[in-house]
Amino acid sequence: MSRHRCPGCDYVYDEAAGHPHEGFPPGTAWSDIPDDWVCPDCGVRDKLDFEPVE
Amino acid sequence: MTAVPADAGDTLTPTTWRDGKRYAWLLGLLVPTLPFIAYGLVQATDLGVFWYFGPALVFGVFPVLDVIVGTDAKNPPDSVIKWLEQDRYYRWCTYIFLPVQYAGLVFACWLWAGGDLSLLDSIGLALTVGMVSGIAINTAHELGHKRGNLERSLSKVALAQSGYGHFFIEHNRGHHVRVATPEDPASSRLGESFYAFLPRTVLGSLRSSWELEGVRLGRLGKTHWSLQNDILNAWSMTVVLFAVLTIGFGIVVLPYLLAQAVVGFSLLEVVNYLEHYGLLRQRRDDGRYEITRAEHSWNSNNVASNVLLYHLQRHSDHHANPLRRYQALRHVEEAPQLPTGYAGMIVLAYIPALWRRVMDARLLEHYDGDLDRMNIHPRARARVLARYGGDG
Repeated sequence: MSRHRCPGCDYVYDEAAGHPHEGFPPGTAWSDIPDDWVCPDCGVRDKLDFEPVE
Repeated sequence: MTAVPADAGDTLTPTTWRDGKRYAWLLGLLVPTLPFIAYGLVQATDLGVFWYFGPALVFGVFPVLDVIVGTDAKNPPDSVIKWLEQDRYYRWCTYIFLPVQYAGLVFACWLWAGGDLSLLDSIGLALTVGMVSGIAINTAHELGHKRGNLERSLSKVALAQSGYGHFFIEHNRGHHVRVATPEDPASSRLGESFYAFLPRTVLGSLRSSWELEGVRLGRLGKTHWSLQNDILNAWSMTVVLFAVLTIGFGIVVLPYLLAQAVVGFSLLEVVNYLEHYGLLRQRRDDGRYEITRAEHSWNSNNVASNVLLYHLQRHSDHHANPLRRYQALRHVEEAPQLPTGYAGMIVLAYIPALWRRVMDARLLEHYDGDLDRMNIHPRARARVLARYGGDG
């Protein structure tokens, strides 16, 4: 399970948690998130800008 | 006035640094109190003209106050930002707006239904209530950008009075993503008058929010006609609110309720008009737009309007850092500056010839006259090129 962080606002997309409100149930892989998906918290950066979290 | 650098001094701590605007934020509560103040002034003077106190304050008093009080470019130092954002006092200043807002609406309905007001008085009161409605969208805006569920829910409540529940979706997921691009209905363009912008932004934002919500619901395997549609949920609050007030006070209040909602969202949209006029994010080599930076929003440091609007005028920092709380928003030196506060700029926007004279010049200066770097209204392109494209 990987995690990716928005470089703008530090929101973290965690595959284990997903984002059910956005339509990504827990377990949704990062690779299944569309490229044009925008950070749900800040709306400034999109998926392509996200950085992997160790 | 010069800006204090954000990193001014490591010695500043919450114990040695004081927020000069701390108690000024309470002035924001002046707005939802307007229907009560108008009533008090009418009672005290017996002059019906005071039912128009709301628009008189926003369009008359505040533009003058902005000039008299002047600007303040001081920033909280970086070392106290976290502490400043965590202080719940500032949150409560915005929460308290809501009960006063709705008390004022009920009070206005009582007055409209009471039969003591002439038609002109009632219209004046509707305009005053409309000012509250519009500025409540600003309160909703502050609350809607936060991560907490409580603040997001309160944001929708604040929007119920203006019927602008879809703003919560469109602003965060549409406007912030596409700001200062031709694709954003809420970013005004060079050569576009407020009267051309108003229908484009109202209809375009509505359409866009509906599409964004459709994409989200599609991922959930639902259609628009679902109980999980956040737009329909927010609108249903307005329907229930207006229905309860109409049943309680009589059908006579309904036209005024509708009128104040239109006045309210039109006030929001004129503010949208002046926030990004003509500014444009450039396309990068990979086809994506450059990241939103401070230079993609007009900024204003006029104290009077800033205090009334929870620092909304520090719009450049807001778009670069949308989650930042109002009390911590910063003046940014690179941002283009409006010549005065929002209140005065609104009046200017209502008079397109005057607006063009002031703002087109500012925009041209910001981009060194390079029309290729500006967001130009397609229908006005020939006229804009003829007027400003003299050397190329």
